[in-house]
Amino acid sequence: MADILLEMRNITKTFPGVKALDNVNLKVEKGEIHALVGENGAGKSTLMNVLSGIYPHGSYEGDIIYEGETCKFHKIKDSEEKGIVIIHQELALVPEMTIGENMYLGNEQGKKLAIDWNRTYGEADKYLRQVGLSESSRTLIKDIGVGKQQLVEIAKALAKKARLLILDEPTSSLNEADSQALLELMLEFKKQGMTSIIISHKLNEIAYVADKITVIRDGSTIETLDKEKDTFTEDRIIQGMVGRELTDRFPKRTQKNIGDVALEVKNWTVHHQVYTDRKVVDNVSMHVRKGEVLGISGLMGAGRTELAMSIFGKSYGNDISGQLFIKGREVKLHNVREAIEHKIAYVTEDRKGNGLILSNPIRVNTTLANLPGVSSHGVIDKDKEIAVAEEYRGKLKTKCPSVEQNVGNLSGGNQQKVLLAKWMFAEPDILILDEPTRGIDVGAKYEIYCIINDLVAAGKSVIMISSELPEVLGMSDRIYVMNEGRICGELDAAEATQEIIMGRILKSSKGE
Amino acid sequence: MEKANVSAFLKKYTMVIVLIIVTLFFTWKTGGRMLLPQNVNNLISQNAYVFILATGMLLCILTGGNIDLSVGSIVCIVGAVGATCMVNLKMNIFASILIMLATGLVIGIWQGFWIAYRRIPPFIVTLAGMLMFRGLSNIVLDGYTIAPMPEKYLMLFNSYIIDFFHGDGLNITCLLVGILAAAVFIIITFRGRRAKVKKGYAVTPLGSDIMKCAVIGLAIMLLMWRLAQYKGIPNILLWITVIVLIYGYITSKTTVGRHLYAIGGNEKAAQLSGINTNKVYFIAYANMGLLAAVAAMVTIARLSSASPTAGESYEMDAIGSCFIGGASAYGGSGTIPGVIIGATLMGVINLGMSIMGVDANWQKVVKGAVLLAAVIFDVESKKRAK
Repeated sequence: MADILLEMRNITKTFPGVKALDNVNLKVEKGEIHALVGENGAGKSTLMNVLSGIYPHGSYEGDIIYEGETCKFHKIKDSEEKGIVIIHQELALVPEMTIGENMYLGNEQGKKLAIDWNRTYGEADKYLRQVGLSESSRTLIKDIGVGKQQLVEIAKALAKKARLLILDEPTSSLNEADSQALLELMLEFKKQGMTSIIISHKLNEIAYVADKITVIRDGSTIETLDKEKDTFTEDRIIQGMVGRELTDRFPKRTQKNIGDVALEVKNWTVHHQVYTDRKVVDNVSMHVRKGEVLGISGLMGAGRTELAMSIFGKSYGNDISGQLFIKGREVKLHNVREAIEHKIAYVTEDRKGNGLILSNPIRVNTTLANLPGVSSHGVIDKDKEIAVAEEYRGKLKTKCPSVEQNVGNLSGGNQQKVLLAKWMFAEPDILILDEPTRGIDVGAKYEIYCIINDLVAAGKSVIMISSELPEVLGMSDRIYVMNEGRICGELDAAEATQEIIMGRILKSSKGE
Repeated sequence: MEKANVSAFLKKYTMVIVLIIVTLFFTWKTGGRMLLPQNVNNLISQNAYVFILATGMLLCILTGGNIDLSVGSIVCIVGAVGATCMVNLKMNIFASILIMLATGLVIGIWQGFWIAYRRIPPFIVTLAGMLMFRGLSNIVLDGYTIAPMPEKYLMLFNSYIIDFFHGDGLNITCLLVGILAAAVFIIITFRGRRAKVKKGYAVTPLGSDIMKCAVIGLAIMLLMWRLAQYKGIPNILLWITVIVLIYGYITSKTTVGRHLYAIGGNEKAAQLSGINTNKVYFIAYANMGLLAAVAAMVTIARLSSASPTAGESYEMDAIGSCFIGGASAYGGSGTIPGVIIGATLMGVINLGMSIMGVDANWQKVVKGAVLLAAVIFDVESKKRAK
């Protein structure tokens, strides 16, 4: 019998009107990597919030047994004292502070009225080496990349003397190489005896790193898979998550009808918005045809978003040069309005930050990009607006009590649908979808894919930027591979595989 | 279900209920003097500038909790310019009014330019404006007060609409206007409701619509009844009504209004939806200058003078009214009717305490506490909603 470090027994947590967790059980052994998977809203985060004391003892039913004793955490500090540290999905670092200051934020070294900076930075450096960072702890957070920031978060957890490390979607904003490095680090920690819980949507990563997988669905534990007894395939995990076998993760298009070139850029070069001498897009030439799904693959930071946003009315970048053709005619788009008028839509990767007004209802968000479509002489026809919002709610099967519901209260998948609705209502011919399925669950993903297929069937062009290789391969007709601001490969969907794409990226990186 | 309806209703109309309670409280404390016809009349004429400034201030606050600190000083300098034109230069009063409006608008454009197109924080630009225009008005006035204003000018703001029916001790025109206004409001509400039902859209519960009509109809009638017992409808009420209706329409029904809310809700998303965010900021602040000029016109008419200290702390009254009226300190939410309630509440507290003879310094303490309480309430109830 292995050593049980943590047991959560019959945890039930209710919010007004909803049972978020229903008799959830979780057992974590010492020294293992335990993965927690489930669709969005299944209750993973709620469970971790119960564990860390964000929901204090007494606001839930059930017991938490940690190192053999029953724990009653009233605040985060209580659980941290025991060595339970959560690293949240959104990084909680202050960009203008140094790595060292961030690591000891709220846990300052030295005396109350005199921080011992030497000790702070000395200790910080030690932990940074442990996570494989060579930066000085006096570097500002804003000067290091997202991947390294994630590692700083882990170093910060180590500095808190973590014995149970909980990582909530640690790789969601990392590129493949950084993700891989992070997973290796987790395995390294395991060797040293660290216990970790990882929450992730990326099933391939979980299959790679986890010893056990607990599947949560609709607030209940469904099953716990053990590496030694079960085989960890993505299909097997998905089966547990959705409760049925997903035979086809990508809907097939019945007929392809690919026409003329709809949009083309030639020798497109974009400089960084702040560091203006840095090229983020370097001499890119590409095109997309009518009725085509064009995939753009590449690592995070390859310049894909920058390429898309610079095409979309110069909404990103500095000193943009090159030619842009729409339906064979050269155009110059100076702002977003002009891009929309030329029937281009850009669906952002950051739906909460750049896409939606969370405090406003679905109705308002749906019409925002095309207010003239529901108004005359600057006066909005609210009845028409409601009709439009209802129409798209039905078309995209958005789950919501009414179109007057605030978008902030919807799940990620439904928010994404509202964002798509907004841009579909702008009636574009060319849609650029930037990470259209990031952070949404398997079921909603499938629905988004169906929408994409409907769009191209209706003669639109879709440019899909995605970091998930299976998605790019499953959905695209043609694929561009981008790396370091350049296009390093153009592949037909039929010939493309994950290995070929990664190979192109690696070859291009070495070419320097 | 019933319970949920009641609590939703209470939440939506909290400030209305507070206003009613506060009014009743002062009526009781002043032995009924609070609601004497003359005091009701004073409530309107004393607070006219607050209604006008708060309307403009709401547009600025909607863009993201941005305030305009310079409005008091703009009121002062526009008043100084107007008084100079009318009294010292003996210019035609309508030409003078145009000059005043132009002055306000130019100042608004000046500040709007820096805020919108150069992205200088509004707090800084308007703080600078507050100092600069206060100083400039002293220079224009040379430190003196100009008085009195021409009779014809005062007539525009300070007189009353004549009673066409010559009622005895009761202004019949005033009453008729009240009945008409209440009827129009009720008809509009129920027409909108019927249209919605016809098209199959969700409607608010009938009870809440009836309640709304009853409360507002009653409020209009009571107000007009009281005014009719005094001298009838003050001209200034017309000015306020027109401005409030125009801006109420702009914020709730037009694309410009929608843009204001969108920017306050999520500026980045608004920008990527093709909204020219710079232009929206510019419009909000340019408009604030224009409305400050209107407030200046009202102010010099009421005091019949333009002095170097006119308009002091007016910005605080306007900002306070917006926040008490439920505008979010982060932008993106708030309505004109809410602001009207907020301004009225401030006015009632002012008037009530003045009648009671409360020390002016204590009045400030109370007003400050009310403002703080209103915003705390707003923030807390939003937290609970989550």
